[in-house]
Amino acid sequence: MTMFEDRAFVALVGGVLALLVVASIAGWMLSRRITSERGRATVDNINARIRAWWMMALIFVVAVVTGRVVTILLFTLISFLALREFVTLAPTRPGDHRALFWSFFIVTPLQYYLIWIEWYGLFSILIPVWMSIFLATRTTLAGDTEHFLERTAINQWGLMICVYFISHVPALLMLAIPGYEHQNAKLMFFLVLIVQLSDVLQFVWGKSIGRRKVAPTISPNKTWEGAIGGIGCTTLIGAALWWATPFAPDEAGMMALVITVMGFAGGLIMSAIKRDRGVKDYGAFIEGHGGMLDRIDSLCFAAPVYFHLTRFFYAM
Amino acid sequence: MIAAMLAGGSKLLCGASVRWQCDPTATKQRIYYGNHSSHLDFIMIWSALPPRLRASARPVAGRDYWERGATRKYLAGRVFRAVLIERGQATAASARAAIEQMAREMGDRDSLIVFPEGTRSVNGDIGPFKSGIYHLAQLRPDVELVPVYLENLNRILPKGESLPVPMMSRVIFGPPLTADGRDDKAAFLAKARGALIQLKDTR
Repeated sequence: MTMFEDRAFVALVGGVLALLVVASIAGWMLSRRITSERGRATVDNINARIRAWWMMALIFVVAVVTGRVVTILLFTLISFLALREFVTLAPTRPGDHRALFWSFFIVTPLQYYLIWIEWYGLFSILIPVWMSIFLATRTTLAGDTEHFLERTAINQWGLMICVYFISHVPALLMLAIPGYEHQNAKLMFFLVLIVQLSDVLQFVWGKSIGRRKVAPTISPNKTWEGAIGGIGCTTLIGAALWWATPFAPDEAGMMALVITVMGFAGGLIMSAIKRDRGVKDYGAFIEGHGGMLDRIDSLCFAAPVYFHLTRFFYAM
Repeated sequence: MIAAMLAGGSKLLCGASVRWQCDPTATKQRIYYGNHSSHLDFIMIWSALPPRLRASARPVAGRDYWERGATRKYLAGRVFRAVLIERGQATAASARAAIEQMAREMGDRDSLIVFPEGTRSVNGDIGPFKSGIYHLAQLRPDVELVPVYLENLNRILPKGESLPVPMMSRVIFGPPLTADGRDDKAAFLAKARGALIQLKDTR
């Protein structure tokens, strides 16, 4: 069965594209109606986001349809760009140079190569076990003890967030779920769609009725009303999309709930790191746009949890 | 074609964003001077220039390094059109000869890329300037002096390393220096260095 014969997959993709068309039309109408200075800025921001979603959706759909190898390559590139943003903001020292070179050019490709050859055992421990030992050792060889603990911790965390966690998205293609053979692309699609919808709905709920801030020192835009409203709605949508997954409706809802809560936590954690480094966006280097890490912060933390729940309860 | 590929490749590797505080389209002859912390410095300035300006921007480099091996020779001669100067014997006469060679080879069309510190900084701080740029400006009062601040290149390819780590960098072209010709050497060098340091805080 090719993907286009899989009616659930076609329905998912079609639904997303239809949603984007509606969003674009709404954004266009808003931009014609609005007159105030502040309203204009908000609408411009929303329209920029819609354009970004179009790009992301098209790239993602093309990669998924083209096949496993292209999907893995896409996520390798995403990891690479995210790690570059992370490391650029980290206070590294010349003694980290060789370990960083390893992180970019050996560890990152290797992690995705393991997905390609479907070696789950090594995939799941390469970075947390082998590389945490190896890279720390490599850093000691440079002989610089200044802030050694911080530097090795930063390098390790960069790899965990930008490579290890994110690699769990294409790793979903490895899972063997009885009765769901050759359909794993939809598992991936479900995850990414739920994460993105949750971001949007939290934004919408927060803008409309948000009052009580969750963590004003970390992320002033996150409110309890936005979080609960967004997470609640996304959970319902997740349950309604059960037909695309190997889950029953209530299970799909639970999965969506876990994904959104993890995504919310991820957003907070990445904001805290940004505050610590004194920047607003990871991609502040690129004018006007956030960076790759700003785009994937929620996905980072949702992916491994979703992967392991699916693997534990559904895979062989 | 090789030039375009090299420029694109190095911009990609160094995730470079470029800022202009002077006119990027002016075809005026210029001396671009930057802070020096990496082997990638000159190629980054060269890559950051729009193609039209790039074609006439010539890096100043050491003959001993760039004439070793066919590839380097080809790159220096045909792609970068580098102005190759003699290094090694640090006599006043050879220094003057090098400056005169730069002023001459600029002719009435070309621009230069130079690094007045003379050596690469390890931690990214901007060291004291050597006097070469002062003498060059004396010989060519008709050209613009443009400071170019290079950020993070010392972390991408630091002194002593041969493999790059692809962090993100910035190239900031500052406003041309306003030298009025009355400055003495020390004042001129301080002014030129100050203009470069000022770019460091650009957001």
